[in-house]
Amino acid sequence: MKAKQQRMILAGLGLAAVAAAALLALSALKDQASFFYAPGDVRRQGLPLGRAVRLGGMVEAGSIKRQADGVSIHFVVGDGVARVPVSFRGIAPDLFREKSGVVAEGSFNPDGSFTATNLLAKHDEKYMPPQMAGKMHETTTLKE
Amino acid sequence: MIAEAGLAALWLAAALAAMQFVLAAIGVRRVLAAPDDESALTTDLIGAVRPVAIVQGALAALAMALLIAVFLRSDMSVLLVAENSHSEKPWLYKFAGAWGNHEGSMLLWVTILGLAGGAVAIFERSLARATVTATLGAQALIALGFYAFLLFASNPFARIDPAPADGQGLNPLLQDPGLAFHPPTLYIGYVGISVAFSFAVGALVARDVGPAFARAMRPWVLGAWIFLTLGITAGSYWAYYELGWGGWWFWDPVENASLMPWLAATALLHSVTVLATRDGLRAWTVMLAVVAFSMSMIGTFLVRSGILTSVHAFAVDPTRGSFILVLLVLYIGGALALFATRVGTVRAGNTFDLVSREGALVANNLLLSVILGVVLIGTLYPIVAAGFGVQLSVGPPFFDKAAGPVALLLVVVMAAGPLLRWRRDGWRALAARLAVPAAACAIVLAAVLVVAGGVSLLPLLGLALAAGLGVASVAPLWGRNLIRTPLFTWGMVVAHLGIAVSLAGMASESAFTKQTLVAARVGEPQQVGPYTVTLTGISPVIGPNWSALEAHLTARRGDSPAITLRPQSRFFTNPVTVTSESAIATRWDGQLYTVLGQIDGAGRVQLRLWWKPFVTLIWLGGALVALGGALSLIGRLLRERRARHRAEAEAWT
Repeated sequence: MKAKQQRMILAGLGLAAVAAAALLALSALKDQASFFYAPGDVRRQGLPLGRAVRLGGMVEAGSIKRQADGVSIHFVVGDGVARVPVSFRGIAPDLFREKSGVVAEGSFNPDGSFTATNLLAKHDEKYMPPQMAGKMHETTTLKE
Repeated sequence: MIAEAGLAALWLAAALAAMQFVLAAIGVRRVLAAPDDESALTTDLIGAVRPVAIVQGALAALAMALLIAVFLRSDMSVLLVAENSHSEKPWLYKFAGAWGNHEGSMLLWVTILGLAGGAVAIFERSLARATVTATLGAQALIALGFYAFLLFASNPFARIDPAPADGQGLNPLLQDPGLAFHPPTLYIGYVGISVAFSFAVGALVARDVGPAFARAMRPWVLGAWIFLTLGITAGSYWAYYELGWGGWWFWDPVENASLMPWLAATALLHSVTVLATRDGLRAWTVMLAVVAFSMSMIGTFLVRSGILTSVHAFAVDPTRGSFILVLLVLYIGGALALFATRVGTVRAGNTFDLVSREGALVANNLLLSVILGVVLIGTLYPIVAAGFGVQLSVGPPFFDKAAGPVALLLVVVMAAGPLLRWRRDGWRALAARLAVPAAACAIVLAAVLVVAGGVSLLPLLGLALAAGLGVASVAPLWGRNLIRTPLFTWGMVVAHLGIAVSLAGMASESAFTKQTLVAARVGEPQQVGPYTVTLTGISPVIGPNWSALEAHLTARRGDSPAITLRPQSRFFTNPVTVTSESAIATRWDGQLYTVLGQIDGAGRVQLRLWWKPFVTLIWLGGALVALGGALSLIGRLLRERRARHRAEAEAWT
């Protein structure tokens, strides 16, 4: 009887662990679920202020402006619905260029602009444009 | 002709796998129906399974060898070679190119599986014949799915006509020695788990779940776990130096795909020990074997189906995508169904107190399961959401927040576990044994607060807990004769110490890293951490299949001799890609990490400099963990061999 009870307790604990994992994950996901934003999402959902998010879209033609310090750039990310000005201080990835997809990590400012701490350019020259916003979830961490 | 021979070998291997399954199924049925059945037919059926398994493995290996041969010969008439290789590529990458793509890697997978099956057939002699046969049958069934996938949806030997003169090349990011050996390492880990799972299925089918089965399964779990550990550690270091972004873990789905089986295997490794030595946690261990196998399948398929790199992979190649999904559902669903119908026949094992070694191991298992659940949900959520037309991604903030605290709690359990006795122990005794580690914890906590204020909470806790865990890990050796201490005890100590070392590295890196980002001119000194770095010049360099710009940096710390660093920006033509090659100087107390960016019109060069104190401990710890696993494995195998010899000697007298 003792063994059976212990088994039930273990099973119960196992279920509790799974439930705890799910709860933990879901509560964190509630905050982070909209981790990825396209410029158009901002218009629909409002600005996610005060937390780290990813902004994905196309770098607009002619929008990249290099700053005087040599390591900062300003550019505009668009998705055909809306446009977001982005400022970035750092080394842009090798495939970062105009009319190409980019994912910027960072946070929104109250004025609707975006400060990026990291840029992820798509490592694929065969880039397919906007309607495939899902494509832009891809990151530079290409591990085959 | 080579490609056709390879395809033929693959078909033959598949046919043998089918035969292996059918023979095993009929044989096991007969033995289970009449355990004393020694009739010629039954003995022949059962006896045929082992040689068939060995030949099947050999044929799969032959197919893989032939694929490597067409890659080395740059036979562009083979579609796979044309798409993934280039005649001007260094030979190592032609060689590794054989598995640096979808079809080739699936073939490598099934090859390792086949060879592992052959090894089980040759070496596994201590289990009941029904259990071994059922195990080999389960293995054949897993392999069959992969053979079918290769033959019907991803033929690696398909021809292309007309053949192109040169191939399209391999992604330059993958042209790195680390990447040549990384996938095989991980696959050995994945496949090792599959074998452990086959043992669990064999034991369930033959109603033989007990310590003997656990002892047979343990070396495979250990082996798989060692390779997964090495693979994850190497992958992390590769991403760190090759991608040039200075981070060592990204929570990228591809990374998670290898982390999830590792977490499950770690839990399994600990529960299988309880089953093997204390005959407890029977059903739980079998369940974990099912879960671990599911994770290794999900891992393989996540990486290999293309579902991760593109949520539209199904649209691109619906056959392949659906094939993968069907296999996943069949395997995992089948395993769970078998478990559900047979778990009732698993008799309860020994009981134990809450405060005991077993209790700590259960806590370890539960916490690992929670982390696994969190990672699984975070990884699959975007894919499920994509199915409902919602595009989103889950990133580092989620994983850090959800998994970080649980991991730190796990560290506490890890420190306490080895200090507990089996069966039953007391809280007070445990507290007394934990006094010294707790003191180490407190001293480090205070020291960090005094010396370096303003460290955020997680790294601070990480440093303190690492110190406590480090002391607690070596405590089991205290007062023992070190030479007579069993090798597997050493293994546990070294592996746990490795986790402490790794944790210290992670915490130190996140707490104390210094970085400088500048547009530098030649001759202007830059400061990063304790180093003064000066750009002395820029020059072009030519490599075998790339050209590059190289920055010459001189770094100086105090009066010590100057170090020269040469980060590059590389330009590849096949396919056209630019990659940056970081330059890293390793010192005993950390790494100076330099990356070259773009050069602007005004003669300035973008430089990113990092000083990362004790960052190397992260991978050193990983290596220690794997070493600990290896020591345990050797210790266990030696002991079993000795036990077998003794039993044989007794049988003779």
